[in-house]
Amino acid sequence: MKALTIAAGFAAIASAAAAETPVLTIYTYDSFVAEWGPGPAIEAAFEESCGCDLQFVTAGDGAELLSRLRLEGARSDADIVLGLDNNLMAAAHASGLFAPADIEMPELDLPIDWEDDTFIPFDWSWFAFVYDKTRLPNPPHSFADLMAMDYSILIQDPRSSTPGLGLLFWVKSVFGDQAQEAWEKLNPKIVTVTKGWTESYGMFLEGEADLVLSYTTSPAYHVIAEDDDSKAAAAFADGNYLQIEVAAKLAASDEPELADAFLAFMLSDAFQSVIPTTNWMYPAVLPEGGLPDGFVELERPDRSLIYLGDDVDNIRDEALDEWLAAAAN
Amino acid sequence: MLTLDGVEMRWGDWRLSADLTVPGGARVALIGPSGAGKSTLLAAIAGFQDPDAGRITWNGEDLAGMAPAQRPVAIIFQDNNLFPHLTAAENVGLGLRPDLKLDAAGRAKVEEALARVGLDGLGQRKPGQLSGGQAARVALARALLRHKPIMLLDEPFGALGPALRAEMLALVAELANETGATLIFVSHEPDDARAIADQVILVAEGRAESPVPTDEIFANPPAALSQYLGSS
Amino acid sequence: MARGRRQLTAAAWTGAAALALVLAVTLGTLATVALRAEFASGLGPADWAAVRFTLLQAVVSATLSVALGIPVARALARRRFAGRGLLITLLGAPFILPVIVAALGLIAVFGRNGIVSQALLWAGLEPVSIYGVQGVILAHVFFNLPLATRLILQGWLAIPGERFRLAASLGFGPGDIARTLERPMLRQVVPGAFLVILLLCLTSFAVALALGGGPRATTVELAIYQAFRYDFDLGKAALLALVQVLIAGSAALVALRLTLPAGLGGGLDRTIRRWDAAHPLLRLQDGLLIALAALFLILPLVMIAVNGLPALASLPASVFTATLRSLAVALISAFATIALALPLSAWIVQRRARIVELFGTLTIAASPLVIGTGLFILLFPIVDPAALALPVTALVNAVMALPFALRALVPALTAIEADYGPLADSLGMTGRARLRRLWLPRLRRPLGFATGLAAALSMGDLGVIAMFADPEGGTLPLALYRLMGAYRMDAAAGAALILLASSLALFWIFDRGGRLDADA
Repeated sequence: MKALTIAAGFAAIASAAAAETPVLTIYTYDSFVAEWGPGPAIEAAFEESCGCDLQFVTAGDGAELLSRLRLEGARSDADIVLGLDNNLMAAAHASGLFAPADIEMPELDLPIDWEDDTFIPFDWSWFAFVYDKTRLPNPPHSFADLMAMDYSILIQDPRSSTPGLGLLFWVKSVFGDQAQEAWEKLNPKIVTVTKGWTESYGMFLEGEADLVLSYTTSPAYHVIAEDDDSKAAAAFADGNYLQIEVAAKLAASDEPELADAFLAFMLSDAFQSVIPTTNWMYPAVLPEGGLPDGFVELERPDRSLIYLGDDVDNIRDEALDEWLAAAAN
Repeated sequence: MLTLDGVEMRWGDWRLSADLTVPGGARVALIGPSGAGKSTLLAAIAGFQDPDAGRITWNGEDLAGMAPAQRPVAIIFQDNNLFPHLTAAENVGLGLRPDLKLDAAGRAKVEEALARVGLDGLGQRKPGQLSGGQAARVALARALLRHKPIMLLDEPFGALGPALRAEMLALVAELANETGATLIFVSHEPDDARAIADQVILVAEGRAESPVPTDEIFANPPAALSQYLGSS
Repeated sequence: MARGRRQLTAAAWTGAAALALVLAVTLGTLATVALRAEFASGLGPADWAAVRFTLLQAVVSATLSVALGIPVARALARRRFAGRGLLITLLGAPFILPVIVAALGLIAVFGRNGIVSQALLWAGLEPVSIYGVQGVILAHVFFNLPLATRLILQGWLAIPGERFRLAASLGFGPGDIARTLERPMLRQVVPGAFLVILLLCLTSFAVALALGGGPRATTVELAIYQAFRYDFDLGKAALLALVQVLIAGSAALVALRLTLPAGLGGGLDRTIRRWDAAHPLLRLQDGLLIALAALFLILPLVMIAVNGLPALASLPASVFTATLRSLAVALISAFATIALALPLSAWIVQRRARIVELFGTLTIAASPLVIGTGLFILLFPIVDPAALALPVTALVNAVMALPFALRALVPALTAIEADYGPLADSLGMTGRARLRRLWLPRLRRPLGFATGLAAALSMGDLGVIAMFADPEGGTLPLALYRLMGAYRMDAAAGAALILLASSLALFWIFDRGGRLDADA
């Protein structure tokens, strides 16, 4: 009996301690918290000032995050989701799981104006075809080039990959009603359609194709981490499609103030300065020191393409049907 | 006294009926053409196969519903009498306790039984290191330890040469005498029956006959037996 | 036969409990996912295309594997050469190879920039393509040609040597031998081998994920993933999983009616002296076949080693902790496999319950993704999923390895019960005594084989049940994937080599352990 009392005492102390240190639970994608990702530095920086315990829970990518939150519903432990993007925002809004952020928005360094106050951008880049300058002296400068010349390309399945879905929107935004014909012309150049970015980028580095669907910021990794400036991304005259990664507060969060504090912290230098060389994307707010060297020389397209608003999902379904129909022909 | 009372065994068209009594302490040979049902009869007594009709009783007690190990029966098969992964002593010890949790007294009994069959000091060998005759003795030692009033042998020692088989049968007879067990064995060889059986049950044409004294049956064989024995 | 029916309650109870657990994990989770669906939707044309593709690639892959396996097995059956034993051992390797590792090896050999294409270019020929449909089929042949060869080789070795001696004394040539001895054997062995491989190809989806499919080469499992992730359509996911179970279930039903090649773990060390095959041309033909098959299988493994070795020294520490974690998961799930397979086998053998074997085999068709999601839906309200990461991963891996364990254990246990069952019954060896004193010692070989196989399969599993993953606690395949995802291909190649070595080592150690002679 005595042992039981002591154990109960310990439990009481433990829960009291837990009550003193609030826990902020962030759902994010797997690579964000890898030892070489932004997660460790950001966790340390935020915990220094918040008097809280920041805990990550991971899923494979943004779309899996949203599926998981929908499975968990209002019972979820999540206070923040970090890693959805513009293409998922309509579905995320419709789920009703998220609440507007109660923060002072700083000036954002995005190629477009940002009006949403629920989904707060933390980084962004353009989708682009990446190539090796030593192997491909004449890179394409537009979809027309890509269709006309003898390139081999690797892309990802829009149903299972974020960049794959980005390309679907990209082609749709450039070709509109002619998207299916465009796909029919692109398909012969496509070596394979992989499940995710990882597989196709790996194949590209093995020399399996001339071009791989990735980001305009991908070459910065090779410059900064490997001192290799042979990789480049092709800016297209048609414009490149944007990916803007966002975070949001869960409506059912039991730490709403802490969640807002994190969202504000997310747009501060401490967070934003870590992003370029860990997540290999542009920061949503330029840190004081500016961009690191490898980013400054990166090619930037003149036009930025993006669909925003509630009909994104309809466009998505139409574009997918066109893609599937083109493949069946 | 073992009684088979209106016992019937069927398998498709095939059938075997037995209505007979074996007196306690008898040494009985089952003889008959192959396929007649000698082994089936043993399986019914041992509890491996239930009769389709009739009762089997030992001293008036019905054996139906008793598991093989609970029956008053120790059996030695044609082959696979020993577990090859266990030592001779362990194989014998299983006759005392199926989980082999033997105390000092149990181990002494195992040694004693091994000594009785002439395998002094070979208890630690595995069956692969024993000769055919030695392996047969291990099986006998185990049957001895089980202290069952009936001992069944299904064409035992078939793999041994004639001289060795005769020697083993003599040992079996000797042990049965010592313990007063009832001995029932299946054999192809009339010589085996002549050597140790005092009675013979003829199994042929769908029937197991009542036991007849050995001398009598070989002196004046019924038609089915002389057909089986051939011209000799 | 009523033999032993009274003593078997303990085995039947544990068997029933194991079956209940297996059914709950497979069909129970499927039902859970279906019930949780927010809206009902049927299968669209793209889904049916996935079903068709899954069937088509499985039939083509199994046909090719068996058709190529026959001449290779014949060559191995009638030739003796140095390294033959080693080669036959290596034939077991691709089957237990983690798919992601195999894909890296295959790309290094058969990719557009791989050594085969380089050689073809050098010779002025078109390079080969291993992507899309061809890629899935090539990879499946890589995985299953060795299996087909081993199964068919067993058939050859089961022909008694006396028959070949008789044939030699009658002056038979190779054609006569084929007609009178080999073709009747093949007619018996080939359908079973074909079905086993068909079943494996129907349900192995990771290949398509690794080499890329696209809309033309989408397998059912990939469609399930897409239903989850893209549409959050749980109803469709459950429906697709059901279709997969039904397809594989019908194949399994047919397979159980045939005499399946039993001893997945049998010994193949014997050679038969063949007097008819001494002709130099036949020797050349067999030599070429063996050399080509060996190259096809071994080159990708060599390339993994070549690419991985330089990175070994500079691997991040997380790879080694992930390796230890994966080894722990592999060991736990291997023993969980046995804990499920043994009582199930006992039940199947003692009760002659083929239907139980069918259920046990059906888990091969279960979707890990649906299992993971179903378990998540069931467990999330009760307990933190991350806290269950290890047991859930081990359990799901164990269930996925169950069909292979059953194929190894059921025939062996059948033989044990046929040989020693009556003796054990007559001595009253039931329950624990029978398990400890009869089954375990005599099942050493198949147990060692099944444990090794389950451990290796678990080691290579990517952990599709990522919902239970704890961010600190990735497995080795996940670490490998993370490295690739972080642009670090060199380190990933090093991790692939460690994964390859650990999978093979796990299998080898258990399989060896089981081969130590219990009867000596």
